Amino acid sequence: MLQIKDLHVTVDGKEILKGLSLDIGDGEVHAIMGPNGSGKSTLSYVLAGREGYEVTGGTVRYRDQDLFTLNAEERAREGVFLAFQYPVEIPGVPTATFLKTAVNAVRRHRGEAELDAMDFLKFVRARAKELEIGDDMIKRFLNVGFSGGEKKRAEILQMALLEPTLMVLDETDSGLDIDALRIVSEGINRMRGPDRSTLMITHYQRLLNYVVPDHVHVMAGGRIVRSGGKELALELEEKGYADIASAA
Amino acid sequence: MAVSADTVQQVASLAEQKYKYGFFTDIDHVQAPKGLSEDIVRFISAKKGEPEWLLEWRLRAYRHWLEMKEPDWARVDFPKIDYQDLYYYSAPKSKDDGPKSLDEVDPELLKTYEKLGIPLSEQEVLAGVRNVAIDAVFDSVSVATTFKARLEKEGVIFGSFSDAVKNHPELVRKYLGSVVPPTDNYFAALNSAVFSDGSFAYIPKGVRCPMELSTYFRINAAQTGQFERTLIIAEEGAYVSYLEGCTAPMRDENQLHAAVVELVALDDAEIKYSTVQNWYPGDADGVGGIYNFVTKRGACRGRNSKISWTQVETGSAITWKYPSCILQGDNSVGEFYSIAITNNMQQADTGTKMIHLGRNTRSRIISKGISAGRAQNTYRGLVRMGPKAEKARNHTVCDSLLIGDRCGAHTVPYIESQNASARVEHEATTSKVSEDQLFYCRQRGIDEEDALSLIVNGFCKEVLQQLPMEFAVEAQKLVGISLEGSVG
Amino acid sequence: MTNRPEGLRARYLAAFPKTLDALPGAELGWLRSLRESALARFADLDLPEPRVEDWKYTNLRPLKASDLAVPANDSASADAPSGLPRFGDGARLVFVNGRLDAAASSPALPAGARLLSLGAALAETPDLLESDLGRLVPWQGEGVLALNTAFMRDGYVLAIDPGVEIETPIEIVFHGGAASHAAWHVRNVIRLGEGARATVIESHVGAPDAAYFSNPVTEIFAGPSSALRHYRIQDESIKAQHLAHVAAELAEKADMESFVLTLGAALSRNEIRVAIEGHHVECKLNGIYLQRGTQHSDNTTVIDHKVGDGRADEVYKGVLDDRASGVFQGRFIVREDAQKTDANQQSRAILLSPKARADAKPELEIFADDVKCSHGATIGELDEEPLFYLRARGIDTDTARALLVEAFLRDAIEKITCEPVREAFGKRVEDWIRAEKEGS
Repeated sequence: MLQIKDLHVTVDGKEILKGLSLDIGDGEVHAIMGPNGSGKSTLSYVLAGREGYEVTGGTVRYRDQDLFTLNAEERAREGVFLAFQYPVEIPGVPTATFLKTAVNAVRRHRGEAELDAMDFLKFVRARAKELEIGDDMIKRFLNVGFSGGEKKRAEILQMALLEPTLMVLDETDSGLDIDALRIVSEGINRMRGPDRSTLMITHYQRLLNYVVPDHVHVMAGGRIVRSGGKELALELEEKGYADIASAA
Repeated sequence: MAVSADTVQQVASLAEQKYKYGFFTDIDHVQAPKGLSEDIVRFISAKKGEPEWLLEWRLRAYRHWLEMKEPDWARVDFPKIDYQDLYYYSAPKSKDDGPKSLDEVDPELLKTYEKLGIPLSEQEVLAGVRNVAIDAVFDSVSVATTFKARLEKEGVIFGSFSDAVKNHPELVRKYLGSVVPPTDNYFAALNSAVFSDGSFAYIPKGVRCPMELSTYFRINAAQTGQFERTLIIAEEGAYVSYLEGCTAPMRDENQLHAAVVELVALDDAEIKYSTVQNWYPGDADGVGGIYNFVTKRGACRGRNSKISWTQVETGSAITWKYPSCILQGDNSVGEFYSIAITNNMQQADTGTKMIHLGRNTRSRIISKGISAGRAQNTYRGLVRMGPKAEKARNHTVCDSLLIGDRCGAHTVPYIESQNASARVEHEATTSKVSEDQLFYCRQRGIDEEDALSLIVNGFCKEVLQQLPMEFAVEAQKLVGISLEGSVG
Repeated sequence: MTNRPEGLRARYLAAFPKTLDALPGAELGWLRSLRESALARFADLDLPEPRVEDWKYTNLRPLKASDLAVPANDSASADAPSGLPRFGDGARLVFVNGRLDAAASSPALPAGARLLSLGAALAETPDLLESDLGRLVPWQGEGVLALNTAFMRDGYVLAIDPGVEIETPIEIVFHGGAASHAAWHVRNVIRLGEGARATVIESHVGAPDAAYFSNPVTEIFAGPSSALRHYRIQDESIKAQHLAHVAAELAEKADMESFVLTLGAALSRNEIRVAIEGHHVECKLNGIYLQRGTQHSDNTTVIDHKVGDGRADEVYKGVLDDRASGVFQGRFIVREDAQKTDANQQSRAILLSPKARADAKPELEIFADDVKCSHGATIGELDEEPLFYLRARGIDTDTARALLVEAFLRDAIEKITCEPVREAFGKRVEDWIRAEKEGS
């Protein structure tokens, strides 16, 4: 699915990723954990194709193509989905309008027929219900005035609608209370499947109790310093990042 | 007089570009000789068979205009206009005697309006496509008005200004120039001297106009100025919603459009006036396009009257336009909702004046300026609280959005208060389109131009929702089209 | 009134040849020619008319037609009266009728800093002024500045060497005294070297009922990473005309804080133009204008961001009573290269009387896209709700109004970072409000 080899990235002239390598197979769930400033969010933005992140070395292959030849929207249409840590507010744009525009852009790319207003609404309602999102939220402007939990649920709704192949979740658990965490996790778990891979970026271990990863990686200083199974997350929780990072 | 084949060809080659209204209709014209003089004023007046008082009125305006200077205070820059190098009157030949009904309208013209997406056939409207009566103005004259009969039943007079002069001279004489005097400003004076046609609407006491009234203005002939005059009168308790749309062929010369619109609202009357202005803006290098120098003013004469201006300004090379409200009647309300989009080399200097004279008068201004390419976009507005404007209120919000680092956005509000109990509140912001918003949309698979269109439409939401439903959709598309080529 | 359309202009033109030799720096060729050029411009321009856009709301016709005398030719100076404002024990210059009163002054500053009159500066170090004097003020295009440039004399020159920090506020007092119907055109220059810091307090005061025309112009050159706090209180005689102009040029990382408290004069204009020439500049322009009777106060500011990364903050508040009128004009210019500029402006005016009037013209002129610029302007009366609330608690209307006016002005006062100034200005504002209460 995704092969990252010796990736170097600088932002504003400062090197943030310093030779990161990671291999994610089809259907696998990987978690990247690490202290603040270790470059976790940079990795998610680089994968999504945000401008301002200069790749100075290394390669990223996604489903057998060079990811860097695609711009942000092309990656999205090819199935790379980033659930943002801080979803942006767009005043004046109703959530439903936004969702329909995005879903149809992706469908067009896949050679599928665009959904008309009625079909689209049915499609959205079905998915929204699973995430306990009501019609009122879909009518509101995108993310405007949404609570932290609502924003994260809206991200998962978008993910469910766009049906990506690679889900990159950036601190999706931050700012969620226990009920919201359950709803969001269930949403992610529903999406898991043999053709869909997941990269979870998180500071804390608690999301991993709900969405159990196949592999856990520890990131520090712009590279992966340790990898292991799900038990590594518990070890981290116990010993803290400092020990692990210095031991590596 | 047929237009040279040369021009037709030139225009045809231009028509491949993005401005989809840029085609030209090859149709026989009657034109006045080039240039402006008392004789031309007399020619126009005679051509329209006008009464003596109106000719005198025009001549007074003309003589005054000769003494005036073109205004230079607006933030727009253009080569000096040679007023002697323009045609001041151009009409499709068949219209010489005027069509008595739609059946008599030149089929070429009907086709033109079809192409513009404006059905003049009543059948189509009756079939439920739109509940709108339309007056179509082609160059200097009104060529067709739909639904006259239906409107007449309600006592509503709607049609060309020329017809109104013939059939309702007392109304025209009473109100013409009563809101925008012929001496008001340079372009208004010019218009008063040479205006050729336009729309006239009169809504009698207590009548709620049963359908939207609409005028589509079309400049077609080359080197021709368009000077239309619109007058709308809402008697006590009347209501009318009026919409105008404007397009023109693409030419590499500049064309002058100097219109005057006067609105009068008496006690408890309401006029809602919406504009979608999409005159040809010129090409990416600023060649060609319409000079849009327009004076629009409404008088809230009566108590509890209301005038609401909504404008979506996407076209024209230069826009100079300040739809205003004179809030004379106690408790009267003035509103101005504006979207002005400038791209490439376009320049817009637009805004409003809210003149509060009566007690308890209220006004609201929402202006959204979007500037892209190398365009300059200025909001210029005046809010004045007169000494008798007890408890008057104004609230103004002016937001500007910049797309690209070579355009400009400017905000020039004048706020004057001579009444302590009045309250004026003004706020303005200028910022660029958020990179975060753009990236977010693109991460969901939406390409950059669509993302921009989505974001800008969101930015304009408060204004777009003021438009009548069927035009709001059109305007939203126009917002996207106007910004094409401004990103990437 | 007698028909004297060119009253003031004609008298100044006639006086110039006689006065030129008596003006400071008369022996300096460059200065003579500067004065002569400026006079020629003044002859063309005269004082501005309201049709000049920047002077739209302030009418100088009464001043033009007035019988004010041109600046006197002699060098004598009247004695400073007692009781002039004092904020601390720092260096101080006192000017009476536009002339330095050496006896009342105490200009001593620590090493690396100098405070002296313009006349003295021109005598001692003319070279230092030659390249700067008149450079920041656009006298070529405006009559008031042309007039000042032609007739400028005295005023203060403050020069601080790089790295020198003056802790104690420096005080300048301009007093309009007994010599009624006089006029003076002082020119001040502040120059801060790299990293220099200073606080300057100007008090413009006058004898009660003295009619005079005070026209102070100040040029500020703030070097890289320098910090200047420039405070002014305009508490002139109620019959005075006061036209002040401050032009500042801020280099990289310079920090300027300006506060102007306007109380006096029949007609006054406080104009400040700041050119931001370096990156990461901080510019704060704040002010309060309090006017009653038939007073007129005009506050005009322009902040011109020529390069990026600058921050500008501006708060102006006005209270207008009786038939007084107040003007606020504030323009932000952000030039093409001035990316990442962050500029915010608030102007608010309260009308306390039905005949008072306020005009505002906040302006944004933006040519760069990556900016955050905003302004807000309000004009209105005191909110009725809190007024009613206070009265419902047994507070009489006058006291309640005074409390609310004070509350309205408080956040502006609190912008003053220099404590003794904040206290003294705050006290003066309270006094004005109390006088308001007694007078009404």
